[in-house]
Amino acid sequence: MSRRIMGPFNRVEGDLEVDLDIQQGQVASAQVSSSLYRGFEQILQGKEPWDALVYTPRICGICSVSQSVAAARALADAQGLSATTNGDLAINLILANENIADHLTHFYLFFMPDFARQTYSKESWYPMVAERFTAQTGSATRELLPARAQFMHLMGLLAGKWPHSLAIQPGGTTRSVEMQEKARIQAILYGFRQFLQTKLFGDSLENIVALDSIQALEQWRADHKADSSDFSLFLELANQLHLSRLGRASDRFMSYGAYVLDGSPTFKQGVWDDGIQTLDTQTITEDISHSWMSHQKDPKHPFNGITMPGAEIEQAYTWCKAPRLNGRVMEVGALARQQIDGHPLIRELVLHSGGNVQNRVVARLLEIARGVILMEQWVKAIKPKEPFCNHNAMPKETQGYGLVEAARGSLGHWIKIKRGRILNYQIIAPTTWNFSPRDNQDQPGALELALQGAKMRKGESEPVSVQHIVRSFDPCMVCTVH
Amino acid sequence: MSESKAQALNLLWLQSGGCGGCSLSLLCAEGPDMMTLFESAGINLLWHPSLSEASGSELIELLENIVSKKVRLDILCLEGSVVRGPNGTGLFHRLSGTGKPMRDWIEKLARLATHVIAVGSCAAYGGITAAGSNPSEACGLQYEDQMLGGLLGSDYQDSSGLPVINIAGCPVHPNWVTETLVQLVFGELQVDDLDEWGRPRSYADHLVHHGCTRNEFYEYKASAEKPSDLGCMMEHMGCLGTQAHADCNTRLWNGEGSCLRGGYACVNCTAPGFEEPGHTFTRTPKIAGIPIGLPTDMPKAWFVALASLSKAATPTRLRENAVADHIRVPPTRRKVKK
Repeated sequence: MSRRIMGPFNRVEGDLEVDLDIQQGQVASAQVSSSLYRGFEQILQGKEPWDALVYTPRICGICSVSQSVAAARALADAQGLSATTNGDLAINLILANENIADHLTHFYLFFMPDFARQTYSKESWYPMVAERFTAQTGSATRELLPARAQFMHLMGLLAGKWPHSLAIQPGGTTRSVEMQEKARIQAILYGFRQFLQTKLFGDSLENIVALDSIQALEQWRADHKADSSDFSLFLELANQLHLSRLGRASDRFMSYGAYVLDGSPTFKQGVWDDGIQTLDTQTITEDISHSWMSHQKDPKHPFNGITMPGAEIEQAYTWCKAPRLNGRVMEVGALARQQIDGHPLIRELVLHSGGNVQNRVVARLLEIARGVILMEQWVKAIKPKEPFCNHNAMPKETQGYGLVEAARGSLGHWIKIKRGRILNYQIIAPTTWNFSPRDNQDQPGALELALQGAKMRKGESEPVSVQHIVRSFDPCMVCTVH
Repeated sequence: MSESKAQALNLLWLQSGGCGGCSLSLLCAEGPDMMTLFESAGINLLWHPSLSEASGSELIELLENIVSKKVRLDILCLEGSVVRGPNGTGLFHRLSGTGKPMRDWIEKLARLATHVIAVGSCAAYGGITAAGSNPSEACGLQYEDQMLGGLLGSDYQDSSGLPVINIAGCPVHPNWVTETLVQLVFGELQVDDLDEWGRPRSYADHLVHHGCTRNEFYEYKASAEKPSDLGCMMEHMGCLGTQAHADCNTRLWNGEGSCLRGGYACVNCTAPGFEEPGHTFTRTPKIAGIPIGLPTDMPKAWFVALASLSKAATPTRLRENAVADHIRVPPTRRKVKK
């Protein structure tokens, strides 16, 4: 048995360390450690509630809008306010802009470059992958950056800038959209669609969304040679490297539901635990038994949660807390969202091989296609002469919570307000769920579970399989601990 | 490659107590994209957290090679504040895989670098991470809030006599970074090109107010009262655009945007201490109905006199549009007597 500490991981947002026990060439157990603490929950105490809209986006430069939306919804809940229809549409566009850009950034810049590593140089697909995805110099980076930047012109139009906008408010958005701007947004989306259809998919978005079974996906792969698009190249190497057998976690999934319009989410809310269940957020708790945290004995619901860094505790190994739903570990992200929403391809993939490296990536790319089609509909539905923002006063004593789906999964903010000031503000981020440490029942977090069984390749000291598994979750460490 | 071409400069980019948003903003660079720009300036990216292949021990080996001077470090960029907590130990951020406080790595590498750049307000002054009670004991590379010092100390100078270059902003505009890098590479950045807070004057000699599309509302003090209103946001909504040093409204963000064009207040994010304005960000503090923070360089008596004059003269069009979320009253054509 040998112990190996891997870190820092780059091409994830923030800093991450993984401590592995390796036995007979494979990972026997893993401990995942988030190595940065900043203390946003402490910073927010005593502030006026509105200030959460300035501070919380700055928790994270990559999920900035998701943080805005969660904060705005928590405040709206505390005020008893709902957004205007235009506000919902604009927020959905802004949020989808961030989520889809994040999915792309993840695929092109964070995830794929690991397959261009020297360790794979003997593989048949290697020359194609190396040409396209070698970090910094691969041809894909030069194509992705301009396409992504132009797609994000939506942010300039709808949110002023990205990241760290203040455009998202409890009652909608600060930026009304005129007719000519609707036209601009439609043109931007059209341009972005061309990039996706020619480079990423080599097929229409509609055809990708219509893939409804493993058989259909296999047929598509047979019809689209590995060099015809980045998706087909991924499917080829996923097939050859058996990525569907890598990085399986608990197969319990959660989604808060994504892209709310007139009170209901476009992608359904729920829990998957051998079947669909309703989500009861009252059963969410955070445990600190293995965290460098103090002042909280038992797991607590976030309304009553305490975030106070503590001294070195014997069994603690991370600044991350352990969130649980009804005491259970949940995996969150695009795969969870599409599983719970019931996309037929994802349902079949999960039934067949569970949550794993391949399926997480397929779900993310599928969601890009679904997302852009939805964006095209939302922008058409905007009515420029109708209001974008509702307004209401904030009661002096109140509380509320806001849920949102960031690119990488379920994000929640819980706020308690007393005498007009923030008494308590607790945040549970997607990667807090996925990269949680063990809890007081000694249940490992989703990534810790997913790493068990990862195999070493010949001559490796730091298994590349671990790199794939870690990045398949698209972790955001700055959100995780905040 | 011709022999006269200057040797590529080695750039190392590290992150500590921040959100990574400045890197993500930099990825939005256009015309050209960031990689093309680095290439054009002859910058060799030794390592960047979002872009490089090297991970884990590969990175640690690189850092050790810099420390042992096997690899030359020309430019060190730090994004995010220097984390000194808890109790001055720096343990709130250990560089993974090394067990050592990131603060110590940053200091060691900064002393070896030819130039040191703080990217974003966190790395420059502490920034958002230093808000509230500053739980992580965050500071900037050469400042703690408005006070010189920080990690490297008030006396710090690089070998060319430059202090830490503070590309402040939350986040930075991509071009603030790329243009500063190019100037530095070409040896065109001098001490005089930095302002009193160490910010490149190329963007910090401007005010956010310049080019604001709400200027006409400002002139007539036709003010927004609630989010989504079109009027000037200085009087009620906390906007600091008339005091904030940056060119956000003449050099737009993400194509056509800026905070003010997005319909919300400028929070003066390029200034040290912006994270603690002493009041809620989106409401203007006033004494006797007059905003406390007046436009930069403007005598108070003048402002009060001009404001009351212009308020009296506000056209109906501006008064009505200021509190609406789209143009209700269009400009009319002045009828000319023939």
